[in-house]
Amino acid sequence: MMTGRDALNSALDEELARDSRVFVLGEEVASYEGAYKVTKGLLKKYGEDRVVDTPITEAGFSGLATGAAFYGLRPVCEFMTFNFAMQGIDQIVNSAAKTLYMSSGDIKCPVVFRGPNGASAGVGAQHSQCFAAWYGSVPGLKVITPYDAEDNRGLLKAAIRDNNPVIFLENEIMYGKTFEVDDAVLDPEFTLPIGKAKIMREGKDATVVGYARSVDSSLIAAEELAKEGISVEVINLRTIRPMDYETIFNSLKKTGRLITVEEGWPQSGIGAEIGAAVLESEAMFYLDAPLVRVTGADLPTPYAKNLEDLAFPQAQDIVQGVQNALGQTIASAAATTV
Amino acid sequence: VDGKTRFDVRPFDPFLIDSPMPYAYSDQNELLEYFRIMYRMRRMEIAADNLYKGQQIRGFCHLYDGQEAVAVGMDAILTFDDPLITAYRNHCQMLSRGSNVKEILAELTGRYAGVSKGKGGSMHMYNRKNNYYGGNGIVGAQVPLGAGLAFALKYEKKANVAVTMFGDGAANQGQIAEAINMAVIWKLPILFVCENNQYGMGTSALRASATQDFYKRENYIPGLKMDGMDVLAVREGVKFAKEYAVKNGPLYIEMDTYRYHGHSMSDPGVTYRSKDEINDIKKSRDPIDRVKERLIEKSWSTAEDLKAIEKEIKIEVDEAAAFSKIADAPPVETLYHHIYQEESPIRGTLLNNGTRVGFPST
Repeated sequence: MMTGRDALNSALDEELARDSRVFVLGEEVASYEGAYKVTKGLLKKYGEDRVVDTPITEAGFSGLATGAAFYGLRPVCEFMTFNFAMQGIDQIVNSAAKTLYMSSGDIKCPVVFRGPNGASAGVGAQHSQCFAAWYGSVPGLKVITPYDAEDNRGLLKAAIRDNNPVIFLENEIMYGKTFEVDDAVLDPEFTLPIGKAKIMREGKDATVVGYARSVDSSLIAAEELAKEGISVEVINLRTIRPMDYETIFNSLKKTGRLITVEEGWPQSGIGAEIGAAVLESEAMFYLDAPLVRVTGADLPTPYAKNLEDLAFPQAQDIVQGVQNALGQTIASAAATTV
Repeated sequence: VDGKTRFDVRPFDPFLIDSPMPYAYSDQNELLEYFRIMYRMRRMEIAADNLYKGQQIRGFCHLYDGQEAVAVGMDAILTFDDPLITAYRNHCQMLSRGSNVKEILAELTGRYAGVSKGKGGSMHMYNRKNNYYGGNGIVGAQVPLGAGLAFALKYEKKANVAVTMFGDGAANQGQIAEAINMAVIWKLPILFVCENNQYGMGTSALRASATQDFYKRENYIPGLKMDGMDVLAVREGVKFAKEYAVKNGPLYIEMDTYRYHGHSMSDPGVTYRSKDEINDIKKSRDPIDRVKERLIEKSWSTAEDLKAIEKEIKIEVDEAAAFSKIADAPPVETLYHHIYQEESPIRGTLLNNGTRVGFPST
């Protein structure tokens, strides 16, 4: 058993031990041991040269991390939350993601930007938002959205070893959750492939595709639906870019129904991308019902608990989404809506 | 000193630091070499101007003529182990970092023989081998990047200095203050070099900046202002600055300089300043004339000899310009290369219109 937080912490620890070019920087990562304690114990073990507290200066330190990566170091840059990364997004998009291309391969940028992303609890509109679709649209970046302890360990280690700039979008609410892990996951050499989704639960009636915390609610929904005799396949995307369309399409081929789940906003979101990918490919012929997108509500995050709960997908929304998909066919949907 | 001759330079303006002496030692060979390099830069930029007007160069193109002494004076001190990064007015820094006129003009015309194989253009040229990191198009962004290069030097315990360059316009960006703050608290070996050419695009420093003393605007970092139109002043100042920074940490340098061309090719450069102003500077402070005068004054060269050198360089640049017009365009498949370090599936503008297919088949 391992918490999401311990999985990240052990991954950082092992990669710092493995490669002296790896260092950690960000606000409160050293003495304070991380705003969310993800970097706990690292300062003591690796010293202040390799675990570096920055001032509150996102544009500055995201650029500094990128410049250090140009030189050949392998920075792991923590944002206290990805909401603050907006102050440094120019460096991520214009400097980190594009310089390899602009230089025709001459300048390399092996940097990881990591931190909590997506819905948080009771922190209001400016601290609670999913950026997966934003970074997922940028060529040159890899974008990872881990769900559980296995993902956190395997994918963070893979991200640090990757030679490209990687955006690593964690979820604060998953930090404290405890997950079962195999012994293999605890091996210091354990990594997961970037760009491969994982089927968390096999099913035959409908495919639910989620990432990060949405996988959690999707699994709860699948359990609920199983009681009604509905068999749901749950896919954990793990990576937003490059996206594992193959696993999604193969599952759709099997179930005929596709439901996407995300905390982000509906317009130009991850569900929109998956839907477009299905429509652009032969996979569309396997749709037995219209695609259902379960997304965050199209509004800034409210503070009050009853409103906040309504702003992000709950298991019940996913149950409803699957039922909608199963209650329709392409023909019946056309007859009722046109 | 070593058979060299002393030349006076304009006194330096120091802030929170000692000042280098207002003179430099040089000799015939050195000055002739500075003359050659600066004249090559000048001709290269004039060639770029002509290529642009002949519609061989696309988009933005920011020329450096007038500011050559900054590039050459710095290069006289810095080695390829000292990382350098600058903004988009970068053609001459590329020349200093081991490239040649042919490759640079070919990049401007978007050719495969260009330094970035035609994918960077005027603003994006690099030479990793010689620690040159461009060529950056977002005003001010190169300054935190430069702080990262300095961070890496310190991390790897190298006795070198990183140099990040920016204009008087960029000096007002918040991220410059952010980078300087980090550099000071961590004692990073870095020179923040503000090329004050008096105008950020078409806005004079007088109208854009609350202070004209850029070198002392952050009151916790030592500063040094120097005559950026005199290669010997720049050389002495940067020599002093590098020694200081390697030992003590960051330093803010202000180069008092001037650009002859407009901001970029779409700017004739005369709506916000007068022709008289430009001509006065050309007459009284031109960096190439400055070296010429010293060479002639010491009888180390004659006007005729210098003319001959100019002619020789002009031929070299003309040949490079001719090449840049006829060199091959990049092969189309390079469109899909170098998005990631490894080969990966890339979508084209239409589905399947790439070297590799976007979606798997079911």
